[in-house]
Amino acid sequence: MSESAATRSRMEISEEVMIDIVGMHKWYGEFHVLKDINLTVHKGERIVICGPSGSGKSTMIRCINRLEEHQRGKIIVDGTELTSDVKGIETIRREVGMVFQHFNLFPHLTVLENCALAPIWVRKMSRKEAEDIAMKYLERVRIPEQAKKYPGQLSGGQQQRVAIARSLCMSPKIMLFDEPTSALDPEMIKEVLDVMVQLAEEGMTMLCVTHEMGFAKTVANRVIFMDEGEIIEQNEPDKFFNNPQSDRTKLFLSQILTH
Amino acid sequence: MAEQISGQHQPHPDLSPPVTTVGVLGWLRQNLFSSPVNSLFTLAMIYLLYISIPPIIKWAFIDADWAGSTREACDSGGACWVFVKVRFSQFMYGFYPEDQTWRVNMAFLLLIVLSIPLFIKSFPKKAWLGAFILCIYPIIAFYLFYGDAFGLERIETTQWGGLMLTLILAGVGIVAALPIGIVLALGRRSNMPIVKSICIGFIEFWRGVPLITVLFMSSVMLPLFLPEGVTIDKLLRALIGIVLFQSAYMAEVVRGGLQAIPKGQYEAADALGLSYWKSMTLIILPQALKLVIPGIVNTFIALFKDTTLVLIIGLFDLLGMIQAAFADPKWLGYAIEGYVFAALVFWIFCYSMSHYSQRLERKLHTGHKRN
Repeated sequence: MSESAATRSRMEISEEVMIDIVGMHKWYGEFHVLKDINLTVHKGERIVICGPSGSGKSTMIRCINRLEEHQRGKIIVDGTELTSDVKGIETIRREVGMVFQHFNLFPHLTVLENCALAPIWVRKMSRKEAEDIAMKYLERVRIPEQAKKYPGQLSGGQQQRVAIARSLCMSPKIMLFDEPTSALDPEMIKEVLDVMVQLAEEGMTMLCVTHEMGFAKTVANRVIFMDEGEIIEQNEPDKFFNNPQSDRTKLFLSQILTH
Repeated sequence: MAEQISGQHQPHPDLSPPVTTVGVLGWLRQNLFSSPVNSLFTLAMIYLLYISIPPIIKWAFIDADWAGSTREACDSGGACWVFVKVRFSQFMYGFYPEDQTWRVNMAFLLLIVLSIPLFIKSFPKKAWLGAFILCIYPIIAFYLFYGDAFGLERIETTQWGGLMLTLILAGVGIVAALPIGIVLALGRRSNMPIVKSICIGFIEFWRGVPLITVLFMSSVMLPLFLPEGVTIDKLLRALIGIVLFQSAYMAEVVRGGLQAIPKGQYEAADALGLSYWKSMTLIILPQALKLVIPGIVNTFIALFKDTTLVLIIGLFDLLGMIQAAFADPKWLGYAIEGYVFAALVFWIFCYSMSHYSQRLERKLHTGHKRN
């Protein structure tokens, strides 16, 4: 615990609000997936969101960059409110990086092209400049030697690290992780988590849906537990794991921590 | 064991595989005589080839007449290639004035020369060359064919014909139908209800009518609706009909590709902040079009062969010219030679397209499953 506390103390959290979600609801047809979500995320916060499957945790973070549309309430990201305005959505997406469970790399482009694409076409950088940045982040995730390969030639862990590098190339202010290690073989989970820990230490604002409780204990400054579309409980990791308040949280923790 | 313990292990030498599994003998055994039923079929096929191939070769080559310039030269009982030889210029150019055919040759030669660098791997700026061929070349070709400018004599489209006309119809059809088809396919998947219904309506209308009807409408009905004095060239009308007709088919082929792209690709492109058109042109379409290359080329080949239907509105493409030629009393009775020649020319073009598409598929294959 002392080690994780030391890691955490290095990571400053500022007062600046990056994401503000107020009374947000979402329905899929008749089905009420998200119920009255209220969440404020400050700059530099590392938030882990956990909960049983179908609890709406992925849906919630996908609302933050409008991969899903919310029907009621407000989401304000970096000072811009998410509405159906396409320009506003694109502005927010430029500042919010996302890493998916299934990587979603572009299979027809090389690793380097995957990373340089958005800087060139969205940030309007020159090809040279974008590729330099891409190489910088590929080195950061420790796979610069794979730059010329196609995603299909890489292992799952390598693909996920490329996906992280691809998001970082846009210099996002916020990173969303949607179960980034769930599709990986066990021996590859660590290499991806290491990159994420490093990112957290550098002060990135992160929201991470994951079942990696070790990661939550080391890196997160807040753990959020969701069930049936509601935020049931949120607390610092020590308190969350050692002294959960609600029965549902206790049940969930007993199920995932005992196996 | 004793050898290994004493450290005297000798690696087993590589032996040659049994003679029955490799070489000519192995191939024959595996492919032609692997079971009694297969052996029986093999023998039957050999017999069929034996009774059919030699007579064809005898007719087409051994007994054929090549020299001469009239039907009197054809007396040996084989194919009369003299007929094709004498009419060759008409088969190629239709009624295009003979002293002007250099213009047609030059246009096609220019296209070939411009296209060669596209096949050379290391050639720089291929995209610009491609754009030049698609945008500027058609204008050059038009003035070469039609004239009436730069001191070139005007040659009406009614005089165009033969293979030249076939290639113009097919070329314009192919080049125009693909982009229109892509736009229609994207429109059909659009979230905007009006765009979507217009695209569905357009596609379903053109897919619902036969091409012959389209051509008839364009040549017979359309002029009735035009204000007096306004005429649109017949060839142009046929071209527009063919392009609209084929683009509807193309749209459905492309839509199949779009639907095969996993949702994650759209989401990843969106999450990076790419706009709709950028995510389509950079991420989705390159993958979708690659998937449906066989379908696209299939449509191209069908289009190439469908151009022969313009015969019914009085345009004489390659097949039309050949049929007109053997209706000539001087050459009555040489229809077979004409049809064989037409089949050969069509086969060469269609097979080339098919072969190129396979090459393209191999080239674009990044070797691995999509995620």
